[in-house]
Amino acid sequence: MGANLDIKVRHLTRVEGHGDIVVNMRDGVLEKAQLDIVEAPRYFEAMLKGRSFHEAAIITSRICGICSLGHQITSLKATEQALGLEVSAQTVLLRKLLIHGATIQSNVLHAYFLAAPDFLGQGSVFPLVASHPEVVKRALRMKRLANDIGDVVSGRAVHPITPVPGGFTRIPTAHELQELKRRLQQEMVPDFLATVETMKALAGAIPDFTRETEFISLRCDDEYALYDGDICSTDTGRVPDSEYRRMTNEYVVPHSTSKHARANRSSFMVGALARWNNNHDKLCPTSLAAAAELGLQPGCHNPYLNTIAQVVEAGHCALDAVAIIDRLLGDGLKDEIPNQEPTRYGTGIAATEVPRGILYHEYTYDRQGRVAAANCIIPTGQNLANIDDDMKKLVPEVIGQTKAEITLKLEMLVRAYDPCISCSVHLLDVNFIE
Amino acid sequence: MTRKPRVAIFDFTGCEGCELNQLNFEDQLLDILAHVDIVEWREAMDDRAGEYDIAFVEGSLSTPDCIKRIHDVRRRAKVLVALGTCAVTGGVNAVKNTRPIEEVREEVYGQDKYLFPTLPALPLSAVVKVDHNVRGCPMTQIEFLKVFTALVMGKRPIEPDYAVCVECKLRENECVLERGMICLGPVTRAGCDAHCPTVGQYCIGCRGLVSEPNIAGMEEILVDHGLSLDDARRRLQLYNANQLEGAK
Repeated sequence: MGANLDIKVRHLTRVEGHGDIVVNMRDGVLEKAQLDIVEAPRYFEAMLKGRSFHEAAIITSRICGICSLGHQITSLKATEQALGLEVSAQTVLLRKLLIHGATIQSNVLHAYFLAAPDFLGQGSVFPLVASHPEVVKRALRMKRLANDIGDVVSGRAVHPITPVPGGFTRIPTAHELQELKRRLQQEMVPDFLATVETMKALAGAIPDFTRETEFISLRCDDEYALYDGDICSTDTGRVPDSEYRRMTNEYVVPHSTSKHARANRSSFMVGALARWNNNHDKLCPTSLAAAAELGLQPGCHNPYLNTIAQVVEAGHCALDAVAIIDRLLGDGLKDEIPNQEPTRYGTGIAATEVPRGILYHEYTYDRQGRVAAANCIIPTGQNLANIDDDMKKLVPEVIGQTKAEITLKLEMLVRAYDPCISCSVHLLDVNFIE
Repeated sequence: MTRKPRVAIFDFTGCEGCELNQLNFEDQLLDILAHVDIVEWREAMDDRAGEYDIAFVEGSLSTPDCIKRIHDVRRRAKVLVALGTCAVTGGVNAVKNTRPIEEVREEVYGQDKYLFPTLPALPLSAVVKVDHNVRGCPMTQIEFLKVFTALVMGKRPIEPDYAVCVECKLRENECVLERGMICLGPVTRAGCDAHCPTVGQYCIGCRGLVSEPNIAGMEEILVDHGLSLDDARRRLQLYNANQLEGAK
């Protein structure tokens, strides 16, 4: 006799945006196992069409509050390429510093506030305030410092202000950067090491599940790729970011307002685990030691361990942020004015590793510097097919367990991807036809 | 008060950046939790509650499901606070309202557009009674704390109704317009302490308009600063599409 199972989780909690988990099994045959994306579409192309290049990053950062910095930086890079705007070495360093801050912020938020309650059998972080006050305070301290990097360097952590095409409207002072460096060394590094201990104690609650899949992330020769690099697949190796459409192949499915993506097989995974699998050799020794401590191995195919890969990566971001500040201060901060004189009007493509995976923006500008065409491909959209494939393998493996246990495993699976559903739905794929 | 106020937080169509800013109260979060019980917050917790003393609602309304849900929230909430400009004016989402809806749907989903129903993006106040507003894109934490503190103390929060320029002058900033840039400060409602001009950027108007804005005067200033009239209107529209007439 085969099993019957019906699971419907409406508006899954502790994820960004609105998604439903739907599973149906009849007489042992899995009829459906998928994440329905029910987020309201926002139609960003209506906002971008005809807008000045000054506004593109302001608008696309509003696709998502959590990923606003990533959208902004990617948008600026694509605009600068399209308009032939060169940026200074200082601008690139400040942007890399911002990405480190945003990555730490997002990874810490996910690991402590969204994922950890599951490891402790709680519905939210709030009961932990009473039961584990030191842990909650540590998480808040790490998040505060990560956000302070955004506040100091970009004017505001959510929807940053000062990064504009060609540079920054305000350069932080040496004193501000020195203070960030001091706190990174004195607060963030010890807090990171304590986080590794905490996660090690909780890691037993992470399900043991494996499904061989394709991992895609950026990769570059000289550093752990976040700001830029080639697109790198565990199946087919490296291609330049201009080939991004071939590496994503978006398509519409009825159960999701967000489009799905595929590259070399039915699905692939992006995000911290993909970065770990592709670029672990570029991590700093502290992060590698943390990975060893947490049992994270290269070639890891357990998607639940994405949360652990996020923690490991946060250490690298903290230490590299210190190195970047040292370089900025060593070179001497220059009060540069943004370079906003276009040298051409064309198409630009940019790719950035944001916390949830590779983010692509592409714009074409007309001769007035207004947006003529735009395309954004968001990490969560790229992961959706992989999540569905994971569910289809997971459900038959755990079908002997109670419905509550199966539901929890499915919820934890989706949360492990740290999906950003607002982002994924608000994608653009538009060529305006005049 | 015999029991702590029961607070719930909801999100509709938006980027959830305002909610995220609530999780970013690293220094105050534990104090806030000491004064209220958070009984429902999908982004952060599993629990779902029946009724609330205060509901904070983020996002604009843009699908039939949104309309149904906001009525439900209103029925259960004693006080309803619109959180962020999407909830207060429709925000950037409302820009799509300036174009024919079928055209917009086709551009994004092509022939699959019928899979996903959509409506013009509306502020909460277009559908239910809103008791208080916290503006901004994103809302500022300082302003949220002011409104939050007032409500917990049983007082009525006061919303500023003067232009960002007032706060900008108080901060002794060099006028953005004098620096050769454009700025929407003269018609944009204050409350942000003129943060963007203070860090070198122009005011993009993210808090919505003052109650009696001089739009013609603002357009003239923008044209004087090098924009075409069309471009000037587009800039003003970014956060005010539902408020500006003829914004087509």
